Amino acid sequence: MRRATCAQWGACAVAVALVATGCGGGSGASRSGVVSASWGDPQNPLEPANTNEVQGGKVLEMLFRGLKRYNPKTGAAENVIADRIETKDSQNFTVTLKGGWTFSNGEKVTAKSFVDAWNYGALLSNKQKNAPFFQYIDGFAQVHPDGGSPQAKTLSGLVVKDDRTFTVKLNQKFSSWPDTLGYSAFMPLPQAFFRDHDAWIRKPVGNGPYTVDSYEKGSVLRMRKWGAYPGNDPARNGGIDLRVYTDNNTAYTDLQAGNLDLVDDVPAAQLKNVQADLGGRYINQPAGIIQTLTFPMYDKRWSRPGTDKVRRGLSMAIDRDQITREIFRKTRTPATDWTSPVLGKEGGYKAGLCGEACEFNPAKAKQLIKEGGGLPGGRIALTYNADTGSHKDWIDALCNSINKSLGDDQACVGDPVGTFADFRNKITAKRMSGPFRAGWQMDYPLIQNFLQPLYYTNASSNDGKFSNASFDKLVNEANADTDPQKAVRTFQDAEKILASQMPAIPLWYQNGSGGYSDRISNVSLNPFSVPVYNEIKVN
Amino acid sequence: MGRYVIRRLLQMIPVFIGSTFLIFFMVYALGDPVAAMFGERAPDPATAAQIRRDLYLDEPLWKQYLHYMGQIFQGNFGTAFNGQSVTELMASAFPVTLRLTLVAIVIEMVVGIVLGVFSGLRRGRDIDTTVLVLTLVVVSIPTFVSGYLLQFVFGVQWAWAAPSVAPEAPLNELLLPGLVLALVSLAYVTRLTRTSIAENARADYVRTALAKGLPRHRVITRHLLRNSLIPVVTFIGTDIGALMGGAIVTERIFNIHGVGYQLYQGILRQNSPTVVGFVTILVLVFLLANLLVDLLYAVLDPRIRYA
Repeated sequence: MRRATCAQWGACAVAVALVATGCGGGSGASRSGVVSASWGDPQNPLEPANTNEVQGGKVLEMLFRGLKRYNPKTGAAENVIADRIETKDSQNFTVTLKGGWTFSNGEKVTAKSFVDAWNYGALLSNKQKNAPFFQYIDGFAQVHPDGGSPQAKTLSGLVVKDDRTFTVKLNQKFSSWPDTLGYSAFMPLPQAFFRDHDAWIRKPVGNGPYTVDSYEKGSVLRMRKWGAYPGNDPARNGGIDLRVYTDNNTAYTDLQAGNLDLVDDVPAAQLKNVQADLGGRYINQPAGIIQTLTFPMYDKRWSRPGTDKVRRGLSMAIDRDQITREIFRKTRTPATDWTSPVLGKEGGYKAGLCGEACEFNPAKAKQLIKEGGGLPGGRIALTYNADTGSHKDWIDALCNSINKSLGDDQACVGDPVGTFADFRNKITAKRMSGPFRAGWQMDYPLIQNFLQPLYYTNASSNDGKFSNASFDKLVNEANADTDPQKAVRTFQDAEKILASQMPAIPLWYQNGSGGYSDRISNVSLNPFSVPVYNEIKVN
Repeated sequence: MGRYVIRRLLQMIPVFIGSTFLIFFMVYALGDPVAAMFGERAPDPATAAQIRRDLYLDEPLWKQYLHYMGQIFQGNFGTAFNGQSVTELMASAFPVTLRLTLVAIVIEMVVGIVLGVFSGLRRGRDIDTTVLVLTLVVVSIPTFVSGYLLQFVFGVQWAWAAPSVAPEAPLNELLLPGLVLALVSLAYVTRLTRTSIAENARADYVRTALAKGLPRHRVITRHLLRNSLIPVVTFIGTDIGALMGGAIVTERIFNIHGVGYQLYQGILRQNSPTVVGFVTILVLVFLLANLLVDLLYAVLDPRIRYA
């Protein structure tokens, strides 16, 4: 009897184990011709107007083609579906589409595909995180009021003329507006999206070189080459499997073990081994990302006269060269302006625009800060979020550099905030009392995108609440200018105001880094630090 | 015994309510999650307000909690920010972690008890000292060290196992992470078994059994081991819950998309429905495992009765 009891328990345990284990094994699709790459779980559902971070953005880049696309090498905005975008006054645009484009489900890409998608993205009740990208289109205030419910469902500035033509009326002059249209928020959507939204979210349908084969949220997205892709940049591999990794160390280990083909984020801890591990298969190239130290200009202690000298002095107290070398192992480049080298000279990048304020000069730093009335309260605390991105290391190094320059051990300390959400809350609630870390990844490769959203009065990402009438005036002028070269020069004039006021200290330009296995070749990163997936060849 | 089980199950209701309440308030104390959804960009106020209204974040906390509980009793655990329902996340995450936990428990039981019996029967001799030193070493190494080390040695250097686990998490790929997860508990099981065996080896019933002329292996398995296992079973039972919750580190190292992964994401993104839902289920698992342990006592020692 007792023996039987034991056997029962044993049987039960085995049964539970069998049920729990269920069907394991069998890793499905074949790998031939398919590239496996590391991925981070996107924060939002994969809708074009709802994706505002890199991980979701890289998928949209594979699944969609818009009016324009940024050249993966030069960053220049080039026509893809747009045949021409014409304007006489920088405010009223006529967009003409090329023929022959379809979505992978067979639907034609027409003017309506764009206008419907943009109207959807702008409408407040759809809660799309990229809605502000449509703010320059006439009628935005009606579909997306600051409070209350929308008075209109569609943007009055968008009019479909025929299948291949639509017109756009902006609410202000904006000459480089067409160049913003390569951003993923402006992608067209098929009618299937509006007919059955839930089904579309489960398996997005686009018009890009890849189609979704299967999507297991949170773990793997399998994309395959779309054979009938009408564009001139088809996939040169059979497909891409994006695998979600929680820890980029594991992705790197998988790459070393031959279990993964491509990582686009080499963990900081591995940077010193990466050359030995991968040799020529390590990529480290500039991307459109700049890191700054932003000052809360709404705080009285930072807005009194003379603090511009203190801010410039702090900038001079930072040994950017040493930190980028020692901490970042040259995956950052010391910054000397407020844009990014990926813009190129033509696009508005100007090395050394910041002048001596961005050069390391401890003696001058000490003197300037003294002239400006000293650090508010005698010391500063640099605020950062401690949960991701290992910011602690460089913040400590930065403080160390400032302390050494000023000859005061207590001049600068790091001030960690537990989570990114809390950090962002404090910033948006204007509760910062000292400088805090800020990073800006460009949405499109335009000098405008590095200046206006960040430093224009009350702009969307003006976290320090910097406000300067002459800066605003120059930005408006530059936007209205129809001559791109003149516009760039006016933007640079505006940038010089930043150099004298220093509302944010430019620290360094961030590079994109990645590594790949010997199974694949022709791997490169675009100016957004995202791999150019469709160009990758499987050996 | 039936009444005992029912009473224990009823006791779970206040624990369930209390734990959800506490977790809900703790997650809420972390602050408003909406700002982080917009990344480095400042949220557009109108859109942020819409999202808050949708997620009931604009209501006072007690209303949010009541709303949440109301939803739970209809089987709705809310929605994660990426648009997936939390029940969907649970359905994908719990089987994976359960498999991992089972692998860990089996390793821990088999290896731990065998080692414990051997060293307990040979107390003070070389094998005993070796086992004691080994378990001490294992206990003092944190999981993330042993995890990365074993992953590198077995996964990269020798290529015996894949360094990361496929999304389907097949059993054979879970052996290495299971071992890593089991290591610390394994050491405890070994030591518990050893002490218990060593203690009972001199008990009267063992002497009687030996005097009756029963074969040695029968004395050890039927008499000695059975009586010595009660503290070990208690430990393993409570360990089930601890392992499932503690898998965060192991799952991260081996890229397993289980409970630990979902909890980590939930905390990082301050997704209260995910965190509260998952922790609540973990609490229930813990309670059920404890109940199971209590019931197992009777199997091991029939003198124990329930009332």
